[in-house]
Amino acid sequence: MDFDLMITSFPKLLSATVVTLKLLSASLFFGLFLGLFFAILRLNKNIFINKFAYGYSYIFRGTPLLVQIFIIYFGLGQIEYLRTTFLWVILKEPYWCAIIAFTLNTGAYTSEILRSAFQTIKPGIIEAGKSLGISNKIIFYKIQIPIAIRQSLPAYGNEIILMMKGTSLASTVTLMDLTGVAKYIISTTFKPIEVFIVAGGIYLFMTFIIHNVIKYLEKKYSFQ
Amino acid sequence: MELLAFGKTGWGDELFYATLMTIAVSITAMLVGFFFALIFTPLKLSKYKTLNLVGNFYTTVIRGVPELLVIYLFFFGGSGAIMYVASIFGYYEYIEINAFVTGSMAIGIISGAYSTEVFRGAIQSIDKGQFEAAKVLGINKFGQFYKIILPQMLRLAIPNLSNVWQITLKDTSLISVTGLVEIMRQSYIAAGSTRDPLFFYSFAAVLYLLLTYVSMKLINKLEVRYSRGY
Repeated sequence: MDFDLMITSFPKLLSATVVTLKLLSASLFFGLFLGLFFAILRLNKNIFINKFAYGYSYIFRGTPLLVQIFIIYFGLGQIEYLRTTFLWVILKEPYWCAIIAFTLNTGAYTSEILRSAFQTIKPGIIEAGKSLGISNKIIFYKIQIPIAIRQSLPAYGNEIILMMKGTSLASTVTLMDLTGVAKYIISTTFKPIEVFIVAGGIYLFMTFIIHNVIKYLEKKYSFQ
Repeated sequence: MELLAFGKTGWGDELFYATLMTIAVSITAMLVGFFFALIFTPLKLSKYKTLNLVGNFYTTVIRGVPELLVIYLFFFGGSGAIMYVASIFGYYEYIEINAFVTGSMAIGIISGAYSTEVFRGAIQSIDKGQFEAAKVLGINKFGQFYKIILPQMLRLAIPNLSNVWQITLKDTSLISVTGLVEIMRQSYIAAGSTRDPLFFYSFAAVLYLLLTYVSMKLINKLEVRYSRGY
């Protein structure tokens, strides 16, 4: 056990954690909106809109995140037309490519979580709202969405943790996130166990925090 | 399309073998995972606090740490660990472990953590009366587990195990970083030599979709088979 290496690598890994957290928060933020959008499309009665939303979630849940990042980072740059548009400013940066891939991925999972949450809302609640003369729009925003958010909290907590682990793939497109720096230190010092303990400890600590925050929110917003 | 031709001109046969490799790694990893689950599920359900702690430590650490980090640990640390064990037995030559073994061990340990949770949940949802009835009939512990609990547990576990299979299948894409030529690695090679990454990575995505789709169908059949009588 090389404790000196563990101590010297800790600040480096900690500063790389900032990159991980930035990637995580950005993709969760955009992914939540995307997920909500597609969940609403899934509940639409029009079969084409419905199938389109289903196809989106099926494709992104059925393929590895690594493929998605590689298609966006290496693949899209190949299209000549894209290089001339303003989109190229975003797509040439690995940072934004990673965020786009993570957003699309977490959006697919989030849409499934929210859809099932919407479907478990008892029809009686909506009917009660209707009989009180509340408009459909307000029923949706003030009744359905808050209940759906509460229902989906446990599953969404899992998704946050999965996404946090997913951000480690950013290291494959040259980003120096926590895993990227850990790999760099391992490959220069050849002491995998020590670095794994420190980097893994940081990841576990983040998992622990997320887990407890979600648990607290669940308790706070429980129906009982 | 000529990019996908079989033979020397195209990448069809290479990608076909790479797909087989992905399937082989996934199945091996899943089996390694079952092996780990078989050890750690009893630990998690044990009466003894220390054993519980060991079981919980395994599932918590593996499920809380990114897969890629675990793979790097195995990739860089695997041969070192094996050489250390070998040195105890007086063997000091350099030992290199095959990428297939490293990959399926790493993914297997990850998949094992998920399988452990699935088995634990399934066993806990079996009616207590089943255990008691088996005890009353004087069946020994071994028979209780293999003849009474396991068959009932499998039925409950299959839907969740199918999720674990999907996760395992997708995780195998990560061991391309160790150089094992599976779908992702082969696409990377093909993309590099033809300068057509968009096509090859999209094709890789299609291959993965095909694999998840087909395995989904097969598992559904298995589910129907195991729910006979319910």
